[in-house]
Amino acid sequence: MRAFFDMGGYAAFVWPAYAVTLVVVVLNIVWARRALARSLAEARRRLQMQGEAR
Amino acid sequence: MAWTWFHRLASPPHVYALAARLTPWFAWPAALLIAAGLWGGLVLAPPDYQQGDGFRILYVHAPSAWMSLMVYTTMAIAAAVGLIWRMKVAHAVAASCAPIGASFTFAALVTGALWGEPMWGTYWEWDPRMTSELVLLFLYLGYMGLRAGIEDTQRADRASALLAVVGVVNVPIIHYSVTWWNSLHQAPSVMRIGKPSMPAAMLAPLLLMLLGFTLLFVALLLVRLRGEVLARERAASWIREVVSG
Repeated sequence: MRAFFDMGGYAAFVWPAYAVTLVVVVLNIVWARRALARSLAEARRRLQMQGEAR
Repeated sequence: MAWTWFHRLASPPHVYALAARLTPWFAWPAALLIAAGLWGGLVLAPPDYQQGDGFRILYVHAPSAWMSLMVYTTMAIAAAVGLIWRMKVAHAVAASCAPIGASFTFAALVTGALWGEPMWGTYWEWDPRMTSELVLLFLYLGYMGLRAGIEDTQRADRASALLAVVGVVNVPIIHYSVTWWNSLHQAPSVMRIGKPSMPAAMLAPLLLMLLGFTLLFVALLLVRLRGEVLARERAASWIREVVSG
């Protein structure tokens, strides 16, 4: 287990590389969902304004 | 009719519903493939005879770099389709690609730097491969900045599409930079003519990661696409159903 985390002495490079990629993947998932939620809220607001104008 | 599928792809309500239905079919296989690829790459693959365990950065670096190019190519093709056929959905695809591509270009640059330091003795060099990849990041950021700067969506679509199409010349430059010029970066070892220069135990996890990231891209694109399609539809009646549902 120690050997695994040590990565043959390259731990200081291997783990940050994996961490950065993981963060980018997770942020992409969060951002994509947030962008969709924002568009839905925006569309809902537009429809409401149209409803009130009528 | 042979062309109905193309016309249906131009119909926003159809695309919105299709994207929603397809997302899990890409997201879950992506998660499984990436999990298997990580296990294979970090645990099962033997250490490299020259780079030891340092070579394992490959399994995050190559998929990120692949994404940076594949997403840009997708974006440029969608932008061209949008320009030529004035197809709103195609512009929505292009706009959805940019933030995904930009973030993975960033990951490719950072993981590359973290691999460069122990192997070449430097995080960064103004080398053809690295410089052209950095230009790609600026292309993505320029595309996003241009869109953000234009209020009218139709005008933003057209202006940014032009930038995306022109910028695509950088894609072959990045890919062939290691062959055309003297580069610190190694030549391609998977996407080349003939056999890949890697034992199967090293290659298999890489292929899993590449496929997993590609499916992840499709899933992310489908989620973002729905938002972009909604933003381009003003007073369409189908939106009422989507929003209240």
